[in-house]
Amino acid sequence: MSAAPARRTDLRYRLGLNARAVVGRSYPRIIGANREPSWIVFEAFLPLLGIASYVFIYQAFGTRTIAAIVANDSLTQAEREAAIAGAHLWVNALVATVVLGGTMVAFWLNVLWSMASQLYWEKEIGNLQLYMMAPMNRMALLGGMAVGGMFMTSVRALSTLAAGVIVFGVVFQVADPLSLLAVFFVTLIALYGMGMMFASLYLLWGREAWNLSALMEEPIFFSSGMYFPVGGLFKIPGWGPAVALAGSLVPATLGLDALRQLTLGPASQAAILPLAPVSTELLILCVLAVGFLVLARYALAYLEVLAKREGKLTSRHQ
Amino acid sequence: MNTYWRTFKVAAWLGWEMDSNWTEPWLFVIYSVVKPVAGAFILVLMYVVFVAIGRPQGDPAAFSYLYIGNSFFIFVASVLFGTFQVIQSDREWYQTIRYVYISPISYYVYIVGRAASKVAVSSFAVAITLLFGVFFLNVSIQLSWTAIPMFLAATALGLTVLLAIGICLGGISFLTAKHTHGLAEGIPGLFYVFCGVLFPLSVLPSWGRAIGQGIPLTYWFDITRRLLAPSLGVDTTLTGYDDLTILLLLLVSSIAFFALSILIFKTGEYFARKAGKIDMTTSY
Repeated sequence: MSAAPARRTDLRYRLGLNARAVVGRSYPRIIGANREPSWIVFEAFLPLLGIASYVFIYQAFGTRTIAAIVANDSLTQAEREAAIAGAHLWVNALVATVVLGGTMVAFWLNVLWSMASQLYWEKEIGNLQLYMMAPMNRMALLGGMAVGGMFMTSVRALSTLAAGVIVFGVVFQVADPLSLLAVFFVTLIALYGMGMMFASLYLLWGREAWNLSALMEEPIFFSSGMYFPVGGLFKIPGWGPAVALAGSLVPATLGLDALRQLTLGPASQAAILPLAPVSTELLILCVLAVGFLVLARYALAYLEVLAKREGKLTSRHQ
Repeated sequence: MNTYWRTFKVAAWLGWEMDSNWTEPWLFVIYSVVKPVAGAFILVLMYVVFVAIGRPQGDPAAFSYLYIGNSFFIFVASVLFGTFQVIQSDREWYQTIRYVYISPISYYVYIVGRAASKVAVSSFAVAITLLFGVFFLNVSIQLSWTAIPMFLAATALGLTVLLAIGICLGGISFLTAKHTHGLAEGIPGLFYVFCGVLFPLSVLPSWGRAIGQGIPLTYWFDITRRLLAPSLGVDTTLTGYDDLTILLLLLVSSIAFFALSILIFKTGEYFARKAGKIDMTTSY
């Protein structure tokens, strides 16, 4: 019998081990999922239809408004043309709002169902004990899930953007691509950090967590302004601003608002009702990203201790 | 027939327990209402934004049109999901499909029974959403006493078509991987776009209008809206059909879709058995 290898704790070894864990956990999502081609239909094409319906609502509003402008005899020709051009401008801005929201919905759903619920799912199918026995850091495991999830979801997000430009004729004007990239990636890090935190909490909450994920679909689409400018909530006195502020705890809210400001030209800014300047939103997103990652680390450690103490790590359907 | 009824009853009870016993009844009621009401609020805010930046005088008819359509769409999302997720949840999550499948019952009836609790919960959610719209958002609803029998008949036929479509999808999901959420989002999305739920079919291009007019749910939404809000005055492109014709169309469609559901279900089941996929799990 050979002697058991000594436990290595040097930094280089640990970094390599955790990097391999990230690659290993993201592999099934990046490569494995592509072995089942039906996912392209389900994840990339079908969700576009839901987004299309929201686009058509704004187009229907626009069509009825333009019809009313045309039928208004009190306007001069010049006033009528200006009003119609204005209507086209806000319809484009609102359709772009929906398209960008649709891309963010893809990431949010991935965070809910493939990050937050994943450890619970792994427990249900019996993989969790294997993860817990493996020598890597648990954050590397969650990091791998996040990287794989971001890649998988990017396909859907890109198809939504492409559909917005090609099918719905949305015109984007990007003046500051670096800020755009910064906002996008910080938003994703914050979102997936939130998902990592939820992953541990969902394990503690058990079966209720599944329903919590379902509950965080439409209400979050609403409070984060996925399909309308979130500034619209400030048009409702009383509870509107409160919902918007509460919704801002979800990084998608501020991320989307900043992305809309960065991708639509100055003439459309009035139509997207921005919440705050992009630099402020980016700063808050950075704070959220760091905060969620730290909380995820603590939640995971707490979960591990609690699960070992109570012996419920492998108890299914609870 | 006795076995079918017993299977339906037990499956419905099981479905109800699985849906509701994870929490206290009051929390389950809130949970059942919050989701659809939040969905309706997305549309409310879309309208608020439109009024704020596009048309200050508003467009109450368009708002009532989309609000009523969206309220009844709760049935579509919920009944479809309730039907086709049965196979995937039993197969992938609970891993009990092999035991249920080999038991001496009709698996088709079992799925319909499991979906029954979703129909009951969504009926409640539809009622709450409509009442909320009438009392707080000035949605125009005027259902006359004489229209109630036709409204109930149309609702029953619409739900039958939905269940049949759900079973068709269930038959397909015998063969697919863990795509419940893609299906749950995508297939209702198809109906959301083409069935005149939120906007009149006249907004769609001619090919989209043709697709919409080929789906029975379009007629269900139209007759429901006609009976609930007869004075809306929005051109739906279906004004050439009277109420009875639409009801007849729904009846024929529900029979046709029932037959189709059996065909697709049996075909999916046959190929799944042949490929050994009845109890497969896909855990990525």
